[in-house]
Amino acid sequence: MHEMSLCENIRDIIQEQAAESGFVRVNRVWLEVGALSCVEPDALRFGFDVVMRGSVAEGAALEIATPAAKGRCLACGQVAVVAHRYDPCPACGAVEMQVTQGDALKISKLEVV
Amino acid sequence: MCGTCGCGDGQVQIDGRHHHGDAREIVLERDIMAKNDGYATANRQRLRDGGILALNLVSSPGSGKTSLLVKTIEMLSDVACSVIEGDQQTSHDADRIRATGAPAVQINTGKGCHLDAHMVGHAVDDLAPLPGSILFIENVGNLVCPAGFDLGEAHKVVVLSVTEGEDKPLKYPDMFAAADLALINKADLLPHLDVDMDRIVANARRINPKLDIIRISARTGEGMQDWLDWIRAAQAAMRPATAAE
Repeated sequence: MHEMSLCENIRDIIQEQAAESGFVRVNRVWLEVGALSCVEPDALRFGFDVVMRGSVAEGAALEIATPAAKGRCLACGQVAVVAHRYDPCPACGAVEMQVTQGDALKISKLEVV
Repeated sequence: MCGTCGCGDGQVQIDGRHHHGDAREIVLERDIMAKNDGYATANRQRLRDGGILALNLVSSPGSGKTSLLVKTIEMLSDVACSVIEGDQQTSHDADRIRATGAPAVQINTGKGCHLDAHMVGHAVDDLAPLPGSILFIENVGNLVCPAGFDLGEAHKVVVLSVTEGEDKPLKYPDMFAAADLALINKADLLPHLDVDMDRIVANARRINPKLDIIRISARTGEGMQDWLDWIRAAQAAMRPATAAE
């Protein structure tokens, strides 16, 4: 359940931002969780409500965007969307797709009061 | 600044709220792992400055990481080695390492499922590894969570025992994607199992085409020399070109 410690990171970043920008409450948090990041969105949601209690983001809604991952085939150079790390190259069929993006994990924006 | 009316820095409040009570959006684009990655970068710099090769050993519980480490340290008799042990509870593993004469610190994560870079930084403070030495970090036995946490190591090394089956790289792809080397351990048991070594290798490469793979047995010594050669090559690769003999 490393999603719990990720939620603690999210809370710390929001608290820092609250001190910096002077907001007192967060209504909504938008996250970007890459399709191939090591994170399970459902586990993140579960941890989020618990961890945000007592912070400026207590009760905030959570929106999670999951951008698709991309990879480059080491055999033929094709760049394509990768749903799983074991997907073969859609062009040549080689199972040599090197994931190039789609494992990011970030807070995109906040709706605050 | 208030996104609704552009007023000041939002410090004015009425009944605990911003004066006109409207919500505003703040674009952050902040990396959630930034804190861990900051500690990891500091650890990596510090280890590199000391010429210390740090290897982060990751696997499921019971893959034989500690036995493999004990054997490795015994065979690396001409190099100083130290070990950071991560487990939820007990100091059994650190005790086993110390019996070889190598210094070890035990991190107990309590309920935690992985080591993070902050814990490792403190453990490095305690251990004070010698310049030019090798630091092994034995992560919490867990084939899932430790994949996402950079500790500042030079390489992640995933240990998979043959008894765990051929499909583990496909079932737990993140760990195999994050590693630079896979040690397929307990190879001495292969004659007793319906496990196809070639399929383990093929599945691991399917996840990570650049993965180095060594078939090994801490018990019989098979593959140990290849593993030691890999370690020495990794040590050589981190030396600055000016320091070459």
